[in-house]
Amino acid sequence: MERPLTQHIPASGVALHLKEYEAVGGYAALRKVLQELTPAEVTAKVKDANLKGRGGAGFSTGMKWSFVPANVTGPRYLVANADEMEPGTFKDRWLLEGNPHQLLEGMIISAYAIQATQAFVFMRWAYKDAARIMTRAIADAYAAGYLGKNILGKNYSLEMQLHTGVGRYMCGEETALLNSLEGKRAVPRAKPPFPQVSGLFGKPTIVNNVETLSYIPHIMNNGGDWFKSLSYTADGGTKIYGVSGKVNKPGAWELPMGVTMRELLEEHAGGMKAGFRFRGALPGGASTDFLTDAHLDVKMDFAGVAAAGSRLGTGTMVVLDDQTCPVGFVHNLEHFFAQESCGFCTPCREGLPWTEKILYALEQGHGTYADLEQLEMHTKLLGPGNTFCALAPGAMEPLQSALKYFREDFEQHIKEKKCPYAHH
Amino acid sequence: MPIINIDNKTYEVKEGKNLLEACLSLGLNLPYFCWHPALGAVGACRQCAVKVFKDEDDKKGRIIMSCMEPVKDQQRVSIEDSDAKKFREQVIGWLMTNHPHDCAVCDEGGACHLQDMTVMTGHSYRDYHFTKRTYNNQYLGPFLNHEMNRCIQCYRCVRFYKDFAGGKDLDVFAAHNHVYFGRQQEGVLESEFSGNLAEVCPTGVFTDKTLKQHYTRKWDLTSAASVCQGCGLGCNIIAGERYGALRQITNRFNSAVNGYFLCDRGRYGYEFVNSPQRIKTPMVYHGPSELSNGIPVLQHIHRRMKPGKTIGIGSPRASLESNAVLKELVGEENFYLGVSAGDHDLVSLALKVLQQGPVRAASLQEAAAADVVLILGEDLTNTAPMLALSVRQAVRRIPVEEVINTVHVPAWQDAAIREAVQENKGPLYILNVQQTKLDELAKGAWHTAPDNIARIGFGVSHLLSDKMPEVTGMSEQGKAIAAEIAEALKHAKNPLIIAGYGSGSEAVIKSAANVAWALHDLGIDAMLAFTVPECNSMGLEMLGGHRLESAVDRALNNEADTVIILENDLYRRLNQHRAEHFFDKVQDVILLDHLYNPTAEKATIILPAGTFAESDGTLVNNEGRAQRFFQVFSSNTAVQESWRWLLQIAAANGHATLSSLKHLDEVVSHIAVTCPVFHGIDTLTPGAGFRIAGQKVPREPHRYSGRTAMQANIQVSEPKPPEDPDTALSFTMEGYRGEPPSSMIPFFWAPGWNSVQSVNKFQTETGGPLHDGDGGKRLIEPHPNGQTPFYTEVPEPYLPLTEHLLLVPLYHIYGSEELSVHTPGIAERIPAPYIMLHGEDAKRLQVANGHRLHFMDNGHHYTLPVIINNTLQQGAAGIPVGLPGVQIAEAPQLIKV
Repeated sequence: MERPLTQHIPASGVALHLKEYEAVGGYAALRKVLQELTPAEVTAKVKDANLKGRGGAGFSTGMKWSFVPANVTGPRYLVANADEMEPGTFKDRWLLEGNPHQLLEGMIISAYAIQATQAFVFMRWAYKDAARIMTRAIADAYAAGYLGKNILGKNYSLEMQLHTGVGRYMCGEETALLNSLEGKRAVPRAKPPFPQVSGLFGKPTIVNNVETLSYIPHIMNNGGDWFKSLSYTADGGTKIYGVSGKVNKPGAWELPMGVTMRELLEEHAGGMKAGFRFRGALPGGASTDFLTDAHLDVKMDFAGVAAAGSRLGTGTMVVLDDQTCPVGFVHNLEHFFAQESCGFCTPCREGLPWTEKILYALEQGHGTYADLEQLEMHTKLLGPGNTFCALAPGAMEPLQSALKYFREDFEQHIKEKKCPYAHH
Repeated sequence: MPIINIDNKTYEVKEGKNLLEACLSLGLNLPYFCWHPALGAVGACRQCAVKVFKDEDDKKGRIIMSCMEPVKDQQRVSIEDSDAKKFREQVIGWLMTNHPHDCAVCDEGGACHLQDMTVMTGHSYRDYHFTKRTYNNQYLGPFLNHEMNRCIQCYRCVRFYKDFAGGKDLDVFAAHNHVYFGRQQEGVLESEFSGNLAEVCPTGVFTDKTLKQHYTRKWDLTSAASVCQGCGLGCNIIAGERYGALRQITNRFNSAVNGYFLCDRGRYGYEFVNSPQRIKTPMVYHGPSELSNGIPVLQHIHRRMKPGKTIGIGSPRASLESNAVLKELVGEENFYLGVSAGDHDLVSLALKVLQQGPVRAASLQEAAAADVVLILGEDLTNTAPMLALSVRQAVRRIPVEEVINTVHVPAWQDAAIREAVQENKGPLYILNVQQTKLDELAKGAWHTAPDNIARIGFGVSHLLSDKMPEVTGMSEQGKAIAAEIAEALKHAKNPLIIAGYGSGSEAVIKSAANVAWALHDLGIDAMLAFTVPECNSMGLEMLGGHRLESAVDRALNNEADTVIILENDLYRRLNQHRAEHFFDKVQDVILLDHLYNPTAEKATIILPAGTFAESDGTLVNNEGRAQRFFQVFSSNTAVQESWRWLLQIAAANGHATLSSLKHLDEVVSHIAVTCPVFHGIDTLTPGAGFRIAGQKVPREPHRYSGRTAMQANIQVSEPKPPEDPDTALSFTMEGYRGEPPSSMIPFFWAPGWNSVQSVNKFQTETGGPLHDGDGGKRLIEPHPNGQTPFYTEVPEPYLPLTEHLLLVPLYHIYGSEELSVHTPGIAERIPAPYIMLHGEDAKRLQVANGHRLHFMDNGHHYTLPVIINNTLQQGAAGIPVGLPGVQIAEAPQLIKV
């Protein structure tokens, strides 16, 4: 089984230095691209592989690149979205800390494809180790001629900078990330115009996830058919999956796209810890709908998870067990989302704290059936299109599915006027 | 034009608009908060949700925000869709979770957009039962009250204050449901346009603090359409009164003039009307007591008006009617313009340029649409503030046009446009004697003496047209500046050249005219904007009269025994010694004015003249636009319009033509007939006989309360309301309830729209003209023959002298205007008198900041503290003009320190 993204990351997790990366074939793809391919050919190759964005939305990467207008003058930008803040998600961190040059190589090739002149790594504030590692990697890449003027002696130049955020979940959304990078408030922008047309400082910009960009060198080396062959399903490639919760071996693994939830849970995460029963899981991070044991054979690719009523998201599963209160679980999530709302649009700014307060009241034994109606109302009205960006709709996904699958738990809180899971 | 289907009815709508604008323009009710016609759309509040359907078969549809959706042909939209309605209702539910529900004690109560929208969506039951978030409020200065708990986070305040008006000290802080709108630290809001926040804010966060000092419910105001008295731009205002006191000024939308906004001098400068220094009764002084006792004041005046020895002095802050009647009363040969020699020279020159030249004067809205702007010798923020706001919009025109073509989003999508535009600005060039607030927007800003500014202006015109004289001896820097400006102007389509009274230099005005005319010769549609100092400066110059100086000379030659002074303080027009000599010589001074002032001290007879709020009249703004202002309330004192006093004097004297005139319509028609320049001013508004359905237009809304009780402490029976014989307005609630003619709208109100947002209902389309078009009539149009006379006398360059300093006038929005300083809030903002020096001059004179410097001006001694400003031309000394205690009549001039 091939694991292109993580194969060279030592078990210790210590970062591959430039020489080590080069020794395992690193920067060969870049060399080849600059020698042999036009920017359009690079984009065509990525399109051909049908690489879908690994940040959560699953949009075709090659397609995204092709929206950069061809005939505009002035700077263009490429941004690696390394602001990994989705609760339960730690896949990019593995790549950032373990193989920084793989990301850099992917970024340089991607930047070449869109003819960007400046690239940024926008990194989560809390990833201190990754920031240190990336700082060194960028410096090494400059020293080795992979960055800066006339890369590898060719007629292409690119500047690269690491930017660490201030810890706002909102910056995971690409347009809010761009505002933040400009020094403005991290509020999202309306689309259109898309960042490909008017992004950073109003110039054409591509924002891609770390995992997505890390795949680019491999696609350049091995081609689209190889990429597709790695997968079990129509969505090509491998994917970094993760599992957290009361399982025996929580962790992250690079697996063929389309493994089932069952395989992930039982084979890789080692099954539930003794004494805990599986009740459900958020398959792709905090902002995805619960799936339950009825869904264990769902294939974890974009279409498969969607058909089951949730989203692949980041592919990192958060497991709910039978001894954790689902209301408390969701309350914790809504607390996070309410706090991370940027405050720009009304439904998110005012609605999320409301749901948080209701869930807290339920946990405290003060909840009423009318509160459940209010929660239902929010899950319906904080839908996509009603709010300015996807934060609130994402926040409603675990809540609406919890209300669906764990309704009896909610009602028990009301009937018993306390949290039935409380141990005191 | 696209055809759209809204709730199964088809409508033709204007292309390029968003759906919200289209719906509102059609007269449909759709709630909104964050969208504003002047600020565009950002999609923050989510209040204007509607459903759109793909086609006739689509029954499900999807909810979209109408403000963010461009109209498309064949679009199917539903406002009434139950999902959309439910969502809109819930948006209010969300906004209300933390709102304090303190309408009963809120200044906005009853005139609140949030209340209106709440009712419109049907939200009536509160489901939220948790505690509310609270905020601390800030002290923001004398103009605005801050009550953050009421905030619904629509972001309009920062979008207006920062994005539109260029303010720096109001911002949005924090995140999620703790978003805070205010200053980093509490303190006076710096922007000269801050007062607009009271109207931009859809609820009671920012409210008018001057209104709060003498609060009344807004529906309890007696209001009328009026025109701002604060400067020469003639912004349209609504003034409201209760219990005999003027309570507030709000914007009166005029799409050709001020649009939706006012400056803070205009909004807050009204309190002189309520001043304890008001003259309320006629007074006869200095005469033998037996002569004044029991004799009507008009008799006294009649006795003193000796034929051939009575002169009249008009006023640039009095109405055209009052000035014209005075002129006719005393006779043309005896009528003097009550303006300083300097102001007269500048305004008459500006008038001549506009009347005789081929280039038209720009309205404020035309100015905002200019593509290249050149400002010569004006600190607009202080001399004509709303024109500065127009220039702020103009510098965005070219960058916005460019990004619309590359980013392909409509101009109303404000956040996207601002993102794409970034800091790009269109060409703006400023030449002024010192730094101005607009410099930050300029491609080039240079600071030099007025004569040097004029020389560069002449240099530009020479580069544009070889008919113009070459400027000899120009410095290399001057040549480079002129070349840069000329190059930008050459490629312009609608360039705007601004000059005026600010520099105190005729040469600057002439050079501005030359530049505009040269552009005109090149076939470019150039515009001119000349600032003028006072609300009727232009009207008075158009009426015409002799120079004030010659009135003084005539008195000194014993040829003037009696002078009738109209709404004027001659100590602001003449230097003190000349004024003293004048008053020593004339035997009788008959003054008509509002407030006691130094001139009143010299008066033998004083007549209480109505302010704009107690008068009807006409003003002509800097553009030559004549506009009517209406009396707001009828004073129960002897106060009446100056023109009415003057007509009564004329009648007492048996004046040949004036005796037959009594009411406003007659006066206006008389002026329109006898003065060809004022032809058409009798058509500005419908006359007094105008009725709709047999009724007058009420100055009071039907919600007006307390009329039977408010005088009950004096008399139990309700007094008869005053009559208004002059206009088609009534002083009561009674009258026609529908929409009046646009020129006489006393307040904006429509069913369900109790706040100022109701102006939508009076417009042909949102943000567009009022139903009857823009108020006012332009009296000056470019000369049809298109002759370009061109000025040829280029001034010598100004070089710093060792013995003298060149005194240059510096104007202040708060302080330089005579009447507005009587508002306590404005008085608080007036700078202390100072003399501004360049650092090098200060070094030479061995003075530092705060040191006191002594100099003489026409024999008058001044000792003022020094302010050092290195953007000031070296060798010049800036002096604040018009400030209380600073009576410099003539600048520029040379002084010795």
